Amino acid sequence: MSDLMKPLSGLRVLDFAQFLAGPVAALRLSDLGAEVIKIERPTNGDQCRSMVVNDQRLDDDSLAFHTFNRGKKSVEANLKDAEDLARVRGLVRESDVMIHNFRPGVMQRIGLSYDDARAINPRIIYGAVSGYGTSGPWRDKPGQDLLVQALSGIAWLNGNADDGPIPIGFAMLDVATAANLVQGILACLVRRGICGKGGLVEVDLLSSAIDIAFEQFTCFLNDGHIQPRRHELGNANPYQPAPYGVYRTADGHLAFAMTPLAKVADVLKAPEIVEFPQHEAFSQLNVIKRIVAEALATKPTDHWLNVLESEGIWCAPILDWRDLVKTHGFDSLNMVQTIQSPNGSMARTTRLPIRIDGEVMSSSSAGPALGADTAAVLGQKRASE
Amino acid sequence: MSATALLEGLNVVDFSQFLSGPYCSLRLLDLGADVLKVENPDGGDLTRQLYLSDTKIGRESTLFHAINRGKKCTLVDLKRPEGKRQAVDLIRGADVIIQNFRPGVVERLGIAYKDVKKINPKIIYGSISGYGPDGPWSNLPGQDLLAQARSGVMWLSGDRNAGPVPIGVPVADIMAGAHLAQGILAALFRRERHSIGALLETSLLEAMVDLQFEFLTTYLNNGRRAPRRLVSGSAHAFQPAPYGLYRTADGHIALAMCDLTSLGDALNINALNEILGGDGTLLEFSLRDEIQKVLAERLGTEFSDSVVSHLSSRGIWCAKVLTWEELLESATFKALDLVQVFGAGKTSFVRSPLRIDGSRAAVSGMAPEFPAERTSSQASRKIQDFPD
Repeated sequence: MSDLMKPLSGLRVLDFAQFLAGPVAALRLSDLGAEVIKIERPTNGDQCRSMVVNDQRLDDDSLAFHTFNRGKKSVEANLKDAEDLARVRGLVRESDVMIHNFRPGVMQRIGLSYDDARAINPRIIYGAVSGYGTSGPWRDKPGQDLLVQALSGIAWLNGNADDGPIPIGFAMLDVATAANLVQGILACLVRRGICGKGGLVEVDLLSSAIDIAFEQFTCFLNDGHIQPRRHELGNANPYQPAPYGVYRTADGHLAFAMTPLAKVADVLKAPEIVEFPQHEAFSQLNVIKRIVAEALATKPTDHWLNVLESEGIWCAPILDWRDLVKTHGFDSLNMVQTIQSPNGSMARTTRLPIRIDGEVMSSSSAGPALGADTAAVLGQKRASE
Repeated sequence: MSATALLEGLNVVDFSQFLSGPYCSLRLLDLGADVLKVENPDGGDLTRQLYLSDTKIGRESTLFHAINRGKKCTLVDLKRPEGKRQAVDLIRGADVIIQNFRPGVVERLGIAYKDVKKINPKIIYGSISGYGPDGPWSNLPGQDLLAQARSGVMWLSGDRNAGPVPIGVPVADIMAGAHLAQGILAALFRRERHSIGALLETSLLEAMVDLQFEFLTTYLNNGRRAPRRLVSGSAHAFQPAPYGLYRTADGHIALAMCDLTSLGDALNINALNEILGGDGTLLEFSLRDEIQKVLAERLGTEFSDSVVSHLSSRGIWCAKVLTWEELLESATFKALDLVQVFGAGKTSFVRSPLRIDGSRAAVSGMAPEFPAERTSSQASRKIQDFPD
């Protein structure tokens, strides 16, 4: 797809955010065709640049920084310095979207709140990410993924009944929050095309956590506030009836999705399951799942996949990353792209998970060096005045 | 203009069922669009009869209401000539089409993008599959747990010896729906400028790969070293100690990334400094199980509230692990105003996760009832009738 036909071509986004949710939202907008300029504090920039995991770097910055910020530009600005702030305010005038994830109140103190921004540019669309919303006693708590997992109750949905709380082992809520922010920003862009005015989009990690669990949370709210009970074995969703879950086989593991009990009894040759009417699939789930587990443990995974798939039963092998990246199924998604820095360093990362008109949206640039575009962006601005 | 009116007047015709597609149309609904569910006359969206736990609101499952609140419904039998004519009329008046049939089905039904584009050239057509449009997995059932199983995600959560641990929420469906909503909105913006439609496609597996992209990228570049969960208290396969959950005397707390020396000082643990060899700034990844064990012993004697308040006062990132009931009682959750009680039955709904111009879209209606004359055949359908 030509750059001109990318959906957001010609739009300018200012990304004041650090780490994850905000920069990932800006990354989506970049992949959709917008020009994204990171506004970073001098000397160190986005803290993510120095957050090196597993010794993974590309040039001088962490690989994580490149993962979240590929394809963007970087402008160094000290927002506490009057001159720099004036330049940044000038950029706000010429931009379409701005994103930040400072804690509530910080942008007000700097003088770049939504009210400040729209006084400069009434068409601006202003995206703000917080941990817990802008009011309430937790507003100043760190908006960090694991902490929000802990507070949102979702750590009680994973793992088995006898386990303690089990968090999801990576920053899932940040990614989900970014998706919500992007939706709000894009919808505001659509509205702006019709009525000309900008808008304020606010998302927070806690609301996004509840949104991810909204089905189960709705059941909880309407079902007498009964704390979800995780299955005793192979839990994959406390609210799903047997046989839903994961099981050990003779040589590995298998995931088993919703299947009528009669069918389960038939394919596993487990007549004990026939005793349970379908309406007991939920109330008797632990008993039934134990029978399923015993049956599945007797034969290797491939055996069961053959038997179950030929019967049209919803099941899958449980892969790890090593297995996954070797499959044709993964290859055919074309999910991996190579990014390159101006120095020629390369890394492999994933692409935007959407195809437009049959094409994947790929981008070959790595993240920017700190301040790489300060002169070009601010110089351009001066020239245009 | 109210928060719900961003997409005012936009017609979304939603042929999808279960969760991924309907979640996408729910997001568009909360942004102000009109959503018409097109259901088959033989019982409609299977989620109508899919009960999580045993809850029900009116005639439909709670689940169905949660996903389909505020939408309208029409019955169309796409396999009959009359139904095909109805579909053409619907497509002609639509701005957006959503479908999540398996690859090949919309072609057989005559509502593939190429067919729809002939009827309505500026249509924005959103499509969700399990595993992408082609490839060896494209015909497999696009079901959340199975996509999680194939994505590698089950080896990232839980303790080292736990075996695979699925994410206990249908995250593949929800993220795929969220990505499709983003694609549709971007295409709407492009349509305003260029007067062209678009085809948007995503899949459960792409959504799962994307969800893990931070550390999958690490994996792809570090010689494919497998992520390794902690022996105990694991909350992250790649973060150094103390990142994790810890049992306290009366519950659990989470500790996020922090400086171990400050943490050791705050808790008066000399053993921590010994492990660190006096150099507390070194976040030694290989020592994380050892460090975690020392912390677990110490925190096991503390009460959650007091230790969280003590550590927080020293700037250490921590939080108590709450249940949903405890969350509901918190002033912050109340301030978020995420739950709205709606309708004669006083049903509690979860509202949109985002606020526009300071307000959150209100719940606009219950889910549509299945048209009455059809309910007898609907009532006779059971879980056994799930499609293959």
